This record gives sequence, structure tokens and C-alpha cells, in this order.
Amino acid sequence: MNAVLAQEYNDRKAGLIRRLGPFAGLILVVLVFAVLSGAPERYLSLGNLRVVLAQTVIVATGAIGMTMIIISAGIDLSVGSSVALTSVVTALALRSSWDPAAAVLAGLFAGGLIGAMNGVVITSLRVVPFIATLGMLGVARGAAKWLAGEQTVNPPQTWINQLAVTFPPRSWMLVAPGVWLTIALAVLISLVLTRTVFGRHLFALGSNERAARACGIATNRLKIIIYASAGLFFGLAGVLQMSRLRQGDPTVAVGVELDVIAAVVIGGGSLSGGEGSILGSMIGALMMAFLRNGCQQAGWHNYVQEIIIGAIIVFAVALDRWRHSRA
Amino acid sequence: MAPLLKLQNIHKRFGPTVALAGVDLNVDHGEVHAIIGENGAGKSTLMNIISGVTSPDGGEIRIDESPFCPAGPLDARAAGIAYIHQELLLCPHLTVAENILLGTESANAGWLRRDAMRTRAGELLESFGRADISPESRVDALPLASQQIVEICRALAWRPKLILMDEPTSSLERGNIERLFAAIRRLKASGVAIIYISHFLEEVREIADRFTVLRDGISVQGGDLTSVSDDQLIEAMVGRSVEIIFEHQRSGAREEILLSVRDLSSPPMLQTASFDLHRGEVLGIAGLVGSGRTSLVRALFGLERPVRGEIRVSRSVRSPTVREGKAVADAGASGTPHERIMQGIGFVSEDRKNEGLALPLTLADNITLTRFELCATAGWISQSRQDEQAKQCMQKLKVRAFGPAAKVSSLSGGNQQKVALGRLLHQDPDILLLDEPTRGIDVGSKADLYAEISRLAESGKGIIMVSSYLPELFGICDRIAVMNRGRLSEARPVNDWTPPKVMEAAIATHESLVRGPQN
Repeated sequence: MNAVLAQEYNDRKAGLIRRLGPFAGLILVVLVFAVLSGAPERYLSLGNLRVVLAQTVIVATGAIGMTMIIISAGIDLSVGSSVALTSVVTALALRSSWDPAAAVLAGLFAGGLIGAMNGVVITSLRVVPFIATLGMLGVARGAAKWLAGEQTVNPPQTWINQLAVTFPPRSWMLVAPGVWLTIALAVLISLVLTRTVFGRHLFALGSNERAARACGIATNRLKIIIYASAGLFFGLAGVLQMSRLRQGDPTVAVGVELDVIAAVVIGGGSLSGGEGSILGSMIGALMMAFLRNGCQQAGWHNYVQEIIIGAIIVFAVALDRWRHSRA
Repeated sequence: MAPLLKLQNIHKRFGPTVALAGVDLNVDHGEVHAIIGENGAGKSTLMNIISGVTSPDGGEIRIDESPFCPAGPLDARAAGIAYIHQELLLCPHLTVAENILLGTESANAGWLRRDAMRTRAGELLESFGRADISPESRVDALPLASQQIVEICRALAWRPKLILMDEPTSSLERGNIERLFAAIRRLKASGVAIIYISHFLEEVREIADRFTVLRDGISVQGGDLTSVSDDQLIEAMVGRSVEIIFEHQRSGAREEILLSVRDLSSPPMLQTASFDLHRGEVLGIAGLVGSGRTSLVRALFGLERPVRGEIRVSRSVRSPTVREGKAVADAGASGTPHERIMQGIGFVSEDRKNEGLALPLTLADNITLTRFELCATAGWISQSRQDEQAKQCMQKLKVRAFGPAAKVSSLSGGNQQKVALGRLLHQDPDILLLDEPTRGIDVGSKADLYAEISRLAESGKGIIMVSSYLPELFGICDRIAVMNRGRLSEARPVNDWTPPKVMEAAIATHESLVRGPQN
């Protein structure tokens, strides 16, 4: 029996180290840039934290959905286009004087619908996720431009515009309401992934699809549900995008899917499936936001940021491979 | 009492290939029924039909008298049929408990009840006498044999009334096999029926009551196991009498040393190994599964990096790919597989699915893969030369396939194994490392492989053969060394050994551990 206990202790220890790895990376990035910016008290201030969090909220909501997809061994390249389309849909609904809540629901529904379509194409037409969502990247972007008449949609001001502002409407909130919403959703989905049958089936699907099917899991239905619910999060990201820009812009968020995927991968997600966590993805998103912000504070050129973030993605994954090979 | 499962005149074809051409089968409640047959005889197709993976073209299936035509594996499972696959179907990232209860989790409105799952999985493991496997461990951290236990426990978790077991013992050693047999006897006593597929006739006799022999997709013979001899069974399987399987002439070993290994260590599995391999010799490596035998051959081939020790390949060993006069630098103990191949060493992995073969490629590509040079000019592959060379290998090893353009994934397990060895014949190395080359292979194919291995030794090759099957080690090897918990014994002539002595050497000093609890 002692062997069992020792084995469990080692498993727990390994799990803890795996989870703490991205945390250490985030702290390192923050500390390094606090020094490099030349004004650590400003870089670490609540004011700057508000800026960083408001900047990262769109990538972070997208990363919640993408984490589910990547754990299930899928991929979604249509996130940027979905964000544009749903921001246009929300703005159009507001302009047609819908209730703001109904407009938000319309944006979420549009995102969920795109995800469900991705899921159906992947399962019933048996197109691999990379290609199916690459196609959707074009379709959704085109649909956004068509709906918006190839120009930005300017809706009336509502409470939606306060969701992702840098300074929260009430000072006791400390950060924007959208940030709290994202944190709450991250906690919820994290629990769903680890504590529910649905979550474990999602991991099983990504770990070994044939085994999942042999165990009686309806894998096709599960995939459609995964892409559709991830789509809801991309829809929410679109609403937040509309909130920040105060308009629906069909040309916005080009390439956001790559930031979202990078956040998941930096946080320990594996593109071959079965691995990843919401906490890790959130840390990945924050790490990139702190990096961008730090580079700006240090007065570096944009291209420096791009090079550093690119290198960090590769380094994070290389570190993960190295840890695996030692385990 | 009416039979639990009754199959009548089942037919199935895949394109031009006839897989089943008339199979009758009756399985009673509480019976262990063995299905015996050569590779490609249709055993796996039959199991797939019973478990709902594929549907038959003709014939009738009845379960407890009522017709049964499952639309998929779920229907078969609902009807109480569980299938333990020969190849493991586990989710490596999930825990033992999550794997065992996959699809039948304990939950409350969708939220998992972890304690209940842990208890249920723990009970199943304990009923198997393997309480030492923690339900909370990740499956990819377990050794292969324990993973197989998890796979078996998963089938039991559904409380089925019929269990299909396809070669369940292929990666288990004796202690675990006995636990499996004890579990089968308990299930049988509670009225569960088991269809048991195995190539080991000893095992079949030990556990099964009745048998059905399949040959070329037809059920040719059936009855009580007590009423037939091994020779009769083998004759029914191959359709001819196989008189002598092991006929290796032990005169080949010469003085010249091809490979010299000293104190080789590759933790955690391999602690120390020292031996010499002579020209014309077959050196057998016996031992339990997981004792470090695989680690030894992998380290020799450069797939694992040894931390200590010496591997010296004789200067006289030459890969045919090396052009005249171009010497190969001594790679020392840490050569890469590429360097080992250049030195004239070839390797057949025990893990043919992941390491042995490129399943989506054709037979011809697989056979010529390590030595494309032989069928290419200035980097351009000549299709006709490649097909010609592949055909030669196929004939030599009697591979059953429609031609060199067949995809390896479409072949049966035994024929795939022949292709893996065929790649080595084509490479034509001086030293051959064979890890369980006959695992999961029927008697007829085994005889073909033994003949080929003997011929290779006669022609002056040196062969290291890892095997769990003692009769074949005794039949074919010149010398045998035994691996025990990572330590390789001295290699001694086969006449100095007896099967009990080998077993003793394999389990010595931790005998009590191996016997373990046997409720």
C-alpha cells in the first residue's frame, strides 16, 4: 500500500510543478519588465494593471473557448473573423434599437452558430478542423463585411460600452466589469473541465479518440457541442471588442486566433490534445499582455515586441517538451 | 439451456477480399470458448461483427434466442457485450479510474463523484489482485502490463454477460496471467461467457472449455478441448500437419565476435548487461515483460542513451549500404539509430504499431524503407525495382496480401509482423535485433519465421532475439541469457538451461513479490 501512496505523492508533485511552471514564467516577465521600464512603481501600479487587464480581456475570453477545443485535439482558426462578425451583429442590433441585453445575446448566438457550423462540417463532412475553420475564417469575415455594408457600424451608447473600459464605471470595482466576467467564466469552465462528465469526456476525446468512441462516447455530438460552446466565448469576445471600440468593425481582430492559440499553448496546452488548463491559458494571455505593455513602457519599437512574443511561444513549448522528456 | 450467443453462416467481404465465408458459433452462458486460427483467418473480423464495429453481409446472430443486429458498438454494449482489444485503447492523459469508468462515470447531474469513482475503480483493481495500481495515477505513467490490466478492468466495469478477449495475455507475464485466469474463472462461475482468442495452445487448454477453429474465414472444427490433441488443433488451423516447428541446426556459431557489450546501463529499466555475440549465432534474451529486455535492445540500437558501458561493433561487420573502402567511425556506446544502421545493425521493435511500421504506407514502401538506395538511382525511386524487391521478401516470408501496393494498415497483425521482418531482410544487416518477433503470430507463420531466422544464422548473421515464449527460445537459440530486474545473466549454451531454470533465473530473489496475492 505504501507504494500506492508514494506513487500518488509523486503524481501530485509532478502535477503541481506542471501547474506552477507558467506562473513562474508570468512572474519572471513582470519582474523583468518592471526593471526594464525604468519605473517599476508605475509598471506595477493599479492604473497600469487596469490597462493590461482591459487589453487582454478579448484574448482571454477567446482563450477559454480555445482551451476546450485544443484539449479535445481540435483547432479553430476562425476566431478573429468570428469576433469581427459578432461585434458587427451586436452593433447592428443596438442600432436597430434592440435592448442591450438582447443585442449581447444576439452576438453570443452568432458566435455559437459559427462554432456549431464548424462542428458540423468537421463531423458530418469529415473535414479536418484546420481546414474547416480555415474556410470559416474567410466565410465569417466576408459575412461580417456584407452585414455591415463594408463600413463600421456606429450604435448608440449603452452600458455595453462600459464592459471593457480601462477605468471601471464604479471605483469599488477596481477593474472593468468585463474583467470580472472573464474571471468568473474562467473559474466556471475550469470546474466544468475538471469536475464534470462532459469535461472528462472532452479530455478523453483529445487523448485517444478511438478509445473514447469504443467506450460509448458519442464523439461527433461531443465535438459539435465543444465547437459551439467555444463559439459562445468567441461571441463574447466580439461583444467585448464592440464595447472597447464603441462600434462594430468588420475589419477588426485580424489574426486574433493566433494570439488566442499562443495563450493556450504558452499555458501548457498541447496541439495533439489531452493537455491544457484554463488557468494556464489565462496566464498565457496575461504574459503576452504584460510583455506588450512592458515593451511600450520601455519605449521599444513594435517589432521588438513581435520578436519577443514569437520567441516566448517557442521557448514555452520547448520548455514543456523538456519537462516531459525528464518526467 | 439455449445458447447465449448463436452465429449462423456469417459472411463478410471487404471489397475483393473475403474475410468470412461461413462461420457458425455457439457460446453458452458461463462458458469460456476459445477461437483459434492463423493470422488472417478472420478472428478479428468476427470479433468486430459481434461487438458491432462492422456488420455482416450475410448470416444471422441471435442473443438469447432473439435476433441481434447492432448498429454500432453502443448497441452491442447495451446488449451486454464487452470487447477487450488486443491493442490497448486507453486515454494516456487520464487517470486509471477515469479510464476504467470512461462512459460510465459516477456522477450527480453531470458533476463527477470522484470518491465513488475511486472506490469503484479500486474495487475492480482489487478483485484483480492489483490493489498496487493507484486509481489516481495517470495511465501513461504505468508500465505496459499494468495498462493492460486497466483495459481489462474497464471491460468488467460494464458488468457484461459476454466478454470478447483478443490476445489478452500478449503483454502479461505469468503472475498477471494467473490473476487474469482467476478473474475469468470467477466471471464464469457467475454466469458470464467469454470468447477467448489466443495463439498459445497451452493457455487455451488451461482456461477454455470448448473451441472453434477458423481457417480462411470458415469455422472448420469445434468441440470440447479435452477431445483433441495439440497436433489435431494445429492441423485444423493450418490445414496441413506441422510436424516440426523448431528444427534449427545448432552448428552455426563461429569463433568470430560481431558485437561486444560490457556493463551497459540505461536506467531505469536496464541496470547492467554484458555479453558477446558471435557470427552465426542466435542469442536468446529471456525474462519477464518489463524486466529491461526491451530497454537492452533499444539501447543497442541507439533508441535509448546508455549512461554507462561499452558497445563495440566488430570492424568486420559491414552494412551493405556502406560503399567499398568507406569506414564507419566507431560510434561507441551512444550511436544514433542512423549510425547503427550504417554499422550494419537492424532492429525489429515489439511495438509494431508505433515503431515497427509506417501503417499508412504500402508494403513496398515499408519493406524498402531502410534501404531505398537499393531500388533508386540518384535519389529517384524505380517503382518496378521496388515492387520486385518487395515481392521477393513477401514470397520468402509468405506474406498474405494482394500485392506490394497494398497498404500495411489493411493487413492482419501477423502479416504486419512479417512485413516488419521483411524490412530487415531487405536491409540485410549483419546483426539483427529482434524484440518479440513472433508475438501475436499464428503457428504457421511462426514456423516460417523460425526457418528464416535459422537460415539467416546459417548464412553468418548474428541474431539477438528477445522472447517471452520459452519453447521458441529453446528451439531456436544457441545461447540464452536471462534478464532479471534490469540485470542480464551470463549467456550460457542452451543445453545448460531448462525451462524451469530460466524461470527461476527470471524471478529469483523476488519470488514472493511475483507470486503476489492470489485470492
